[in-house]
Amino acid sequence: MVSTSPDRVTDLPQALAGRAPARPARRRGVLRRRLELSFLIGPALLLFVGFVLVPIGVAVYYSLFDWNGFGPIDDFAGLRNYRTALTDDTFLESIQHNLVIVGLSLVLQLPLSLGIAFLLNRRLRGQTLLRLIVFIPYVLSEAVTALVWLALLQPNGAADQTLEALGLGGLTQLWLADRDIVLYTIFVVATWKYIGFGIILFLAGLAGIPKELREAAALDGASSWQTVRHVVLPLLGPTIRIWIFLSVIGSLQLFDLVWIMTEGGPANGSEMMATYLIDEGFRRYRFGYGSAVAVILFTICFIFALLYQRFALRRDMDGAVTGGSR
Amino acid sequence: MSDVAFAPAISPRPPQRRRRWRLSVGTTAAYVAAIALAGVVILPTLFVVISGFRTTPQLNESAVALPDPWVLDNYRNILSSDDFWRFLGNSLFVALIATGMAVVFGAMAAFALSRYEFRFREGFYTLFTVGLLFPIGVATLPLYLMLRELDMLDSLWGVAIPEAAFSLPVTIVILRPFMRAIPTELEDAATVDGASKLTFFWRILLPLSAPALVTVSVLAFVTSWNAYLLPFLVFTDVNNYTLPLGLASFRGQYSEDTAAILAFTSLSMIPALLFFVFAQRRIVGGLTGAVKG
Repeated sequence: MVSTSPDRVTDLPQALAGRAPARPARRRGVLRRRLELSFLIGPALLLFVGFVLVPIGVAVYYSLFDWNGFGPIDDFAGLRNYRTALTDDTFLESIQHNLVIVGLSLVLQLPLSLGIAFLLNRRLRGQTLLRLIVFIPYVLSEAVTALVWLALLQPNGAADQTLEALGLGGLTQLWLADRDIVLYTIFVVATWKYIGFGIILFLAGLAGIPKELREAAALDGASSWQTVRHVVLPLLGPTIRIWIFLSVIGSLQLFDLVWIMTEGGPANGSEMMATYLIDEGFRRYRFGYGSAVAVILFTICFIFALLYQRFALRRDMDGAVTGGSR
Repeated sequence: MSDVAFAPAISPRPPQRRRRWRLSVGTTAAYVAAIALAGVVILPTLFVVISGFRTTPQLNESAVALPDPWVLDNYRNILSSDDFWRFLGNSLFVALIATGMAVVFGAMAAFALSRYEFRFREGFYTLFTVGLLFPIGVATLPLYLMLRELDMLDSLWGVAIPEAAFSLPVTIVILRPFMRAIPTELEDAATVDGASKLTFFWRILLPLSAPALVTVSVLAFVTSWNAYLLPFLVFTDVNNYTLPLGLASFRGQYSEDTAAILAFTSLSMIPALLFFVFAQRRIVGGLTGAVKG
C-alpha cells in the first residue's frame, strides 16, 4: 500500500535535501532517534534484564551465604556451598543421571528420529495426518505426559499387561519403583514426548535438500547407504547440530516430568540436577545452598553452550552468542 | 478432454496413480513404521481417554479393558466442578498476558535491532540470544526470591511477567531476520511519502511481519500454557493454579480415585490439542524455521 503516485515522486528531492547536514535539524534528528530507540528497546531490555539476568546474578550472590530465605543475609559462607554441593553424593549422582539422559538421547533418540525421518521422507498416504499425530506429544504439557505414563506404568497396569499379551511377561518391571530401572523409564517417557520434534525437524531439513543431488549420486552408482552417508547427512548437518544442542540443554534441565512422576525417587534413583535444586533450595529452605546448585547447573549449561557454539554451531547460527561470524 | 471435464482432480496423472500402488520395500517399511509410530503416540492417549469412562473399581479389576458399562460421572463431575474451569481460566489469563508482552515488546526490540544502525546493536542482540540458552529452570529459585521481594507471589502477573521475559529471546531471534529481510525500498518509499520511522513500523512493517508474529505468538503461548515449574513455586493458593499445576495437585488429592485422575488428565489435553489443530502449521513451521534461523 505504499503510494508511488506521480505527485508524490516530486517530493523526492526535498526528502533528499532534508538529509543534508543542516546542523540544528540534525541534532534534533539524533535526539529523536535516541528517543525512538529507547522507546523501542527499553521495555524488552528492562523485562529481560530484570527477570532473566538479574535473578541469575542474584543467585551468585546468595550462593555465597547460608540463608534459609528469611531474615537478614549475613551468614557469609564463601565457597562452602559449592564445596558441599560438589562433594554431595546425591548431587554428584544427579549430575550423572543428567549425563546418562544426555548420552542416551544422542545414542538412541538421534538415530531413531533420523531413521524415522528418512523412512517418512517420501510420498505417503495420510502424510499430513501422520505429521500431525507425531507432533501431538510435543504439544501436550509435561504434566499431562507425566500423568498419562504414571497411569500406564502402574504395577500390573497397561504397560505390563501389553507386554504379557505379547508373550513378554518376563520383561515387566517396577518401572517407577525400581531404583535401577527408573532412570531408563524416564528416558523412554521423555523420548515419547520429544521424538516428534526431532522427526519434524529432520523432515523439514530433508525437504530442503534438492532431489537432484540424490539422483546425481545414484546415477554415479552410489548405493542408497552411500548416498545417505556422503550426500544427505552432511547436508543435514546444521539441522542435526541444532537438534543436538537443544537436546543436550533440554536433558541437562529436565525437571517437570521427573518431578511429577517420581520427585527424583525412589531413593534418588531419578534425581536430576534441577529436581535436586528445587528439593534442597525450595523445599528445605536452603536458599544459599540451592542458589549454589543453580549456579553450578547454569555454569554447566553455559560452558557446554559456549564450547558447542564455538566448535560446532558457529557456521550455522548467524553468530548468535559468539557473535561476529557474519 | 472429456476425462478432464468429468474428473479434473484425478485425470492429470492416471499412470502415476497405478505406479503408486506397486509398493517398493522402502515404501512398505515406511508404512509399517508410520503405523507403528502413530500407534505408539495414539494408544497411550486413547487409553487415558477411554479409561476415564470407567470406574475405579473397574480399573482395579483389570487395567486394560473397555468400559463396561460406560460411565460419564468422572467427566461430568470434573466439568461441573469449579476447579477445572478456574485452572483453565488462570492458564488462559497467564498465557495471554505472557504472549502479549513478549510479542509486543519483542517486536519493538526486533524492529530497532533490524532497522536502525547504532553502536551497540549487535551487543544488545547477543545479550538477548544468551537468554536462549537458559530456559526458565535455571533461574527459578532466585526468581522466586525476587518475586517474593516484589510481593508478587500468588499473583497471576508474577508468573506471566517472568514467562514473557523468558520468551523474549526466541521472539527476537525469529523476528529480527524476518524484519531485516523486508526490502529497504519499502522503507525508502515510506520515508519519501513523509512517514516517520515509527509510522513505517506500525503501518507497513508490522502487517508485513504478520506470519512471523503469529509464529512467535504461538510459541510463547504454548510455552506458557505448558509451564509447570514457575507456577509450582509461585502459587500456594489453589485458586491461582494453572492447568498443569492443578492437574498434578488433583492427582495428589484424589490419589485413590484413579478414574477421576484419568478423566481430569484427558480433559486437560483437550485445550492443547484444539489449539494445536488450529495452529499446527505455525507451531511446526515456527519451530523448524526458528532453528534454521
